[in-house]
Amino acid sequence: MHNSSTNVLIQFDHFNFYYGKFLALKDINLSILQGVVTAFIGPSGCGKSTLLRAINRMYALYPGQRVEGGLRIGDENILAEDVDLSELRKRVGMIFQKPTPFPMSVYNNIAYGVRLHENLSRSAMDERVEWALRKAALWDEVKDKLNQEGMSLSGGQQQRLCIARGIAVHPEILLLDEPTSALDPISTMRIEELISELRGEFTIVIVTHNMQQAARVSDYTAYMYLGEVVEYNKTETIFYNPQKTETEDYVTGRFG
Amino acid sequence: MSANIVLSRKVNKYRAIWADFLFFQICRAFALLTLIALFGILFSLIWGALPAMKQFGVSFLWSAEWNPPQERFGALIPIYGTLITSAIALLIALPVSFGIAFFITELAPVWMKKTLGIAIELLAGVPSIVYGMWGLLVFVPIFSEYAQPWLSETLGILPIIGEFFSGPPIGVGILAAGIVLAIMIIPFIASVMRDVFEVTPSILKESSYALGATRWEVVWNIVLPYTRVGVVGGIMLGLGRALGETMAVTFLIGNINSFQGFSLFLPCNSIASALANEFAEATSDLYTSSLIELGLVLFLITFLVLSASKLLLLRLSKSGGEQA
Repeated sequence: MHNSSTNVLIQFDHFNFYYGKFLALKDINLSILQGVVTAFIGPSGCGKSTLLRAINRMYALYPGQRVEGGLRIGDENILAEDVDLSELRKRVGMIFQKPTPFPMSVYNNIAYGVRLHENLSRSAMDERVEWALRKAALWDEVKDKLNQEGMSLSGGQQQRLCIARGIAVHPEILLLDEPTSALDPISTMRIEELISELRGEFTIVIVTHNMQQAARVSDYTAYMYLGEVVEYNKTETIFYNPQKTETEDYVTGRFG
Repeated sequence: MSANIVLSRKVNKYRAIWADFLFFQICRAFALLTLIALFGILFSLIWGALPAMKQFGVSFLWSAEWNPPQERFGALIPIYGTLITSAIALLIALPVSFGIAFFITELAPVWMKKTLGIAIELLAGVPSIVYGMWGLLVFVPIFSEYAQPWLSETLGILPIIGEFFSGPPIGVGILAAGIVLAIMIIPFIASVMRDVFEVTPSILKESSYALGATRWEVVWNIVLPYTRVGVVGGIMLGLGRALGETMAVTFLIGNINSFQGFSLFLPCNSIASALANEFAEATSDLYTSSLIELGLVLFLITFLVLSASKLLLLRLSKSGGEQA
């Protein structure tokens, strides 16, 4: 199940990020591997979400946020002027801190994203919706509620709906921005199980300030502090044998 | 000593309960005032309209004759004028307001957002008589000189809808009134739309962008459904104002109480404008009563429009769950 390869998929190269004049990420050099789960951890304000939001260029929505340096996905320089953002975001899905079902039915929540990119027949769309919901381990719970509003589901179901929605457009990469911070422990556990099931099929990058979560779900971990990557290594190494004392202080709870 | 403290506490508690009770009663009285005012107005309109109702019956609603010397009155022309000018106003104001709100919330740089927002609020505060004067003295001459001949040559030659854009380019008429009404209600609809668009959670919009949606797709498919209650409310605010607008329409509609034809270039009359123009001239009781019945009709039209919008929202929230 865990078929990690050693191909680099996402490559940050002397990457800087600015909010206006404030330098929020400093000289990031990071290679994220294909098909594995990579976690960004660190105290609030360290820039882990900012780094994640660079990968689908979400920052481009906001004037005043800009980047320098290199960021490649595969062979493509995604910071280039002529990158089709719609196409990029089809390749790179994103799930947010809070469940964000769209104001429409469960079915349409999934179909919405697919319709942006593909023109499917009704039956093909039905199949795609079912496939995505099964992938997100939600099908059995909602197969009789496809016409209900997405908002009518429970919080944990809504978040799995958002994951299904992200998967439905066949992305290569899934960005999870603290996906369980608004959920109860049981729902959190189900999301973590889901991440383990999706590992290998998608390249997953997860931001979390729950260190146990990073330890449970990720293969690689980057510890960040004040806009810099302090240490990046296999998750076991980061947690059990960190090379830097700052990292050790953080993961052992002496700091943070 | 300790007994005194207990007693004073009791007194305080008693006073708090009593003050609360008084406050509740006063607030309730204020709230009930709105109901009393509503039914009071309705009752006095019906009371005043009784003679006309007895004389003309229900046919008052569809009779097109308005003949003060002969004392024969029917409401069809003013009803038609009111509805058609409001419809034109809404037809123009809706897309324009949506565009303004879309631009301000999603596209404009920060300094422009603020400037445009203030400009819209200022426009909403311009008195309607100023719009009326501007419409008559500035807009109508330009409209009849350039726009109407152009409309006749383009839309006027089409089948069916050509009928609406034919006739003499005299400026004053249904279309001119509708366009100026549109300009008047745009600030209301646009500012409500902007307000509700702005409270849409940015995380919800980002979720849609994250799937690869364009700005248009985000606003049209996510923001608009999310804010539908507020948007319909804003439209109703504008429509209510258009239906009841008096001064500007009086300046521009031509005030002719007979049916001239289906062309939108022709003059007509609206309920509010008929009331404003004719109350002073209403010499007989039946004339006055007929005008009051016109007022009652306008009241009912506004009521129906509001009810229809509530029904629409109910149906929207039900059908929101259906597969599109």
